[in-house]
Amino acid sequence: MKRGLAVWSVVGVVCLILSAGFSAWAAGEPIKIGVVGPMQFTQGEGHWNGATLAAEEINAKGGVLVGGVKHPIELVKVDSNEFLSIPDATNAMELAISRHKVDYLVGGFRTEAVLVMQDIAMDNQKIFIGCGAAHPKLCGRVKEDYDRYKYWFRVTPINSRFLVKVDFILLGMVAKIMATQLNIPKIKVAIVAEKAVWCDPIVGIAQKNLPKMGMEIVGVWRPSPVATDVTAELSAIQSSGAHIIFTSFSSSVGVTFAKQWGELKVPAAAVGINVEAQKDGFWAATGGKGNYTLTINTYARVKITDATIAFYDKYKKKFKEAPNYTAGTYEAVHVLAEAMQKANSLAPDKLVPVIEKMKRVGTAGLLAFDETHDVIWGPGYVTALGTQWQNGEIKCVWPLNWQSITYEGAVPYIIPPWVVAHYKK
Amino acid sequence: MIQNIIINGLINGSIYALLAIGFSLIFGVARIVNIAHTAFYMLTAYLIYVGFHHLGMSPYVAMPLSVLAVGLLSVICYKIFIQPIREHEAAVLIATIALAMVIQEALLIGFGGHYLGAPPLVSGYVSIAGVKVTYQHLLALAVALLALLAVWALLMKTRLGLALRSTAQDREVANLMGMNEARVAMATMGVSVMLAGIAGAIVVPLFVLDPHMWMHPLIMVLAIVVLGGLGSIKGSFVGAYIIAFAEVLVVFLLPMGAFLKGSVALSIMILVLLIRPEGLFGIYFEEER
Repeated sequence: MKRGLAVWSVVGVVCLILSAGFSAWAAGEPIKIGVVGPMQFTQGEGHWNGATLAAEEINAKGGVLVGGVKHPIELVKVDSNEFLSIPDATNAMELAISRHKVDYLVGGFRTEAVLVMQDIAMDNQKIFIGCGAAHPKLCGRVKEDYDRYKYWFRVTPINSRFLVKVDFILLGMVAKIMATQLNIPKIKVAIVAEKAVWCDPIVGIAQKNLPKMGMEIVGVWRPSPVATDVTAELSAIQSSGAHIIFTSFSSSVGVTFAKQWGELKVPAAAVGINVEAQKDGFWAATGGKGNYTLTINTYARVKITDATIAFYDKYKKKFKEAPNYTAGTYEAVHVLAEAMQKANSLAPDKLVPVIEKMKRVGTAGLLAFDETHDVIWGPGYVTALGTQWQNGEIKCVWPLNWQSITYEGAVPYIIPPWVVAHYKK
Repeated sequence: MIQNIIINGLINGSIYALLAIGFSLIFGVARIVNIAHTAFYMLTAYLIYVGFHHLGMSPYVAMPLSVLAVGLLSVICYKIFIQPIREHEAAVLIATIALAMVIQEALLIGFGGHYLGAPPLVSGYVSIAGVKVTYQHLLALAVALLALLAVWALLMKTRLGLALRSTAQDREVANLMGMNEARVAMATMGVSVMLAGIAGAIVVPLFVLDPHMWMHPLIMVLAIVVLGGLGSIKGSFVGAYIIAFAEVLVVFLLPMGAFLKGSVALSIMILVLLIRPEGLFGIYFEEER
């Protein structure tokens, strides 16, 4: 009896081990993707939300099929705190790689921090897909030292050189509309850019190019990125007689500026980059005073590709806010999954050539990479968007008949009514 | 342009004055350098935001309630964190830094790093001498001036004010004269933080709320009280307007250097200190008190 019990116990244990082994084999080991971002801030939330949505979609289909085995995606939250501390970002990255043993990385936001995190990822030969930092140097490194930096790719945003290009296209568009509709012979522009390194080239190029574009510069204002009051600047701008305020904001001053601009009804249209205006919370933060603010954007509810609106709606339904450019992690996770399936491997060295050749109909346009592993910008690829706040909604106003591109759902730009009233008078 | 400078300088100066006078009051009376002063200002702003957006309160109810709540909280913090170590000024300084960080981190956890805002109590603007000024700014100016008047009345016309001034002059003698110096210090903490709270209530509709919004005003307040003379109410009042006008002048005269407005204000402080180390209205030797 005792012997029989022992035999059955052994059989039971063997069965348990086998079944555990079988289920592990059947489901596959999870693939760990580190989602890097300042998780206490909107940008980090975008990183996490985008990746979560993609991982859920992939896991709902059973995971990533590699070698006949489906591997589920497991996301690891890597709080880089890069808004406040770059050492925090490097520590978080080291922790993700050495302790959490992530296989791949997506995210990153502040260029200064991403440059360091990029080195850590490259040292460990981990594929790192950037979804937040726009500086050209990040991809320039791939060209300079391919063997070391080949594991880096960028999905969002477009390179800052192209951001500037789009910035000027938007400015030109608004200048043309204002000149035509309000009969203004020469458009006067006030340049307002927060005092941050990324704005310096934009200000320089603007000072050089605007006269060539037939516009007059009435002044350049450089408030602090965290200025809490810009009424003095706005008073000065109004006194200067500017028709357009060409903005470059990535911090809280973008909200302050828009709020006070709308409250004071400064008779000049605000056009340019205002990162805060890309978020749904902008409307509440400005108490609706940010109406008619125009900014470069990545996502809006327009049909850039067949994937865009479905993604936009799903994201908004799940997270109760519109996706911003750091939600490009959605694309990054899908890129990784697609590459793994195509390469039929999890090895980074086998994935890199697949990603390099990839052409994916993404949510922000046709996603493909150039020789520096940067997302390709241009008609037919990712173009970025110009979005304007119109009565509580983010509306796409560009591209609209630009190089024969019009995204379905795009609407014409509206000059703020108080500006019209001022100049019609 | 001169009108712009005068109007903007007056408004900003009044908000700075509210903050600086509270800071100066607690230093003057209890020798407490309360680094958490502007963190309480931030906390009030957030409480009003919560009352208005999450609890559906009218801003007219949320504002006084928040100011009172923060005043009460400051008294509790004083009893728990500051009073036991009051004799060690360096320890008090560090404790208030820690308190400010706790408030900042708590707000960061609770609200994230999102920029928040509240609608103005009164919408629209008026043109004064060709300068557009929002009604909310004018309201802020009026409330700030009323609050400053109330502080003056409290100090000059009440028994508590007499106690505060006596303690500020000489703690030991005030104690010998039968004043409960510890209780006076506690009351001062409450009053000074409520002044910061009023400043917070004023700026809620004007500024953007984020968990680091206490840093810049803290630097400006430190500059103002050093410029005006540590512990001098009159000095803080005058210093606030000097710094505010300096900031506005920079924006108008040096638009490309608008971000330097804080640095210029601090440079003025250093310049004044080089010429008059005790500040504009300060007392040079401790023995003179």
